[in-house]
Amino acid sequence: MAEVLVVVENGVKKVTLELLTIARGLGSVSAVVFGDADTAKLGEYGAEKIYAASGEDVDGYLVAPKATVIAELVKSVQPAAVLLASTQEGKEIAARLAIKLDNGLLTDAVEVAADGTATQAVFAGSAIVKSKVTKGLPIVTVRPNSVTPVPAAASPAVEQLTVAVSGTDKLTKVVERVVEQKGSRPELTEAGIVVSGGRGVGNADNFKLVEELADLLGGAVGASRAAVDSGYYPHQFQVGQTGKTVSPQLYVALGISGAIQHRAGMQTSKTIVAVNKDAEAPIFELADFGVVGDLFKVIPQAAEEIRKRK
Amino acid sequence: MNIVVLVKQVPDSGAERTLSADFSVDRASSSNVINEMDEYAIEEALKIKEAHGGEVTVLTVGPAGATDSIRKALSMGPDKAVHVQDDALHGSCAVATSKVLAAALRTLNADLILSGAESTDGRVQVVPHMLAELLGVAALTGARKLTVDGSQLTVERQTDEGYEVVTAATPAIVSVWDTINEPRYPSFKGIMAAKKKPVQALSLGDLGISGDEVGFAGATSQVLEFTKRPARTGGAKVVDEGNGGEQLVSYLATEKFV
Repeated sequence: MAEVLVVVENGVKKVTLELLTIARGLGSVSAVVFGDADTAKLGEYGAEKIYAASGEDVDGYLVAPKATVIAELVKSVQPAAVLLASTQEGKEIAARLAIKLDNGLLTDAVEVAADGTATQAVFAGSAIVKSKVTKGLPIVTVRPNSVTPVPAAASPAVEQLTVAVSGTDKLTKVVERVVEQKGSRPELTEAGIVVSGGRGVGNADNFKLVEELADLLGGAVGASRAAVDSGYYPHQFQVGQTGKTVSPQLYVALGISGAIQHRAGMQTSKTIVAVNKDAEAPIFELADFGVVGDLFKVIPQAAEEIRKRK
Repeated sequence: MNIVVLVKQVPDSGAERTLSADFSVDRASSSNVINEMDEYAIEEALKIKEAHGGEVTVLTVGPAGATDSIRKALSMGPDKAVHVQDDALHGSCAVATSKVLAAALRTLNADLILSGAESTDGRVQVVPHMLAELLGVAALTGARKLTVDGSQLTVERQTDEGYEVVTAATPAIVSVWDTINEPRYPSFKGIMAAKKKPVQALSLGDLGISGDEVGFAGATSQVLEFTKRPARTGGAKVVDEGNGGEQLVSYLATEKFV
């Protein structure tokens, strides 16, 4: 059975386990790991082999060295497919791989069939497309939360790769990596539950209410563009057209009207609930359950009720 | 500094969008607009020109109708535009489009190439790194801040966790998010001036690219099926009469979220 390469960019995340689960349907799974990664966890989810690359030549520069390492590996092992996470960096590595190998690529898949055909949600989640790569091997980036990770124990052997990068791979230097606000919350695109606030939250301070509900539900915090543009919450938490696309089990929209730009980032969520004081807000057209009311009354009461039930 | 800004015309994301019968993006039945993120790239280019001097060129690959977006871009202040237009381009994939852009960029000798971080139609985000790979220039992508010091560029690149500070020397491509600036509105004078600014038309032949390398003929991927998702339908909606929060939690409990 041909190998399928799963690219692990920065440590083993939930999306990594999802990629491993999908990859098992396409061939024998080999993980390509940059830097430190939990190899035991990779084995637990079916990685039969691990290729590891590390060092300053990989860490110190933006994306390009990783693409070079993977391209060399593709040439030597001739895998059936390469799967990456549909994160900014995952897409960027895929972009460079496609050029290096003169190969097609597909991004933002939510499903990958055994023959490499990918299912993608397009146009703000309003339509579904099935596509395949017609030149070269399938290089596919997969959106977080597309499948439920399923363990399948394997005992992977680790093979160290030699990193041989060129001068052009080292044109963009990474000088500093800054973590701005993370805490113990799950990452937005990976979270099973997302609680988002919009213009109706009113100010940055009031976002504590959104955070409190998110923490009680074990979810991530998101924000609409209106909230981000008003300076209530940082841009990396923006859900929608010019921000992140999320597809959690539960999406809670607080004080968000539901403009199409916001829907673009969340309407493939499994369950949507909304609180908004405007009964005519378009968000209610999507919500499986909606409360028309003042979120400053509804949310504290909901928080109290969740505490009681715990 | 010689700056080229990549501008793409896209179907209005606020309206209904679909694919044509040949599975290309339907541009005929939609109202087409300049890709929103590209306006931030134009603004950044103009700010750099104002501070350091130089020239700003808009580069577009697209059908004849893309001229509207080129004029709109020019009305903000760039000096000139290049429009690569060829019937054979219809149906081009990202790889082929990048090769065409790269060929056009080779004729322009840019110190700095600016683009939006993504387009609102495909949202694929791959073109800047494809161009960097094809042209052998540095890529500093996902910028929320760009500082120019001579030929040295410093970018704050947005990440899921926060940001990274990345640096490179020109020539380079920088893609920007909408957090980087506030694009100016075209002035009346700008709109009038845009009508007279030079727009150079280039065909594939001018760039030494043959028709079978692009379009459906040269595509590296293929759409097999397109289906509209059934629209979501709203469920129960209650008006808060003092117990809205409790009702919400009851619903979440029946769905096993609490």
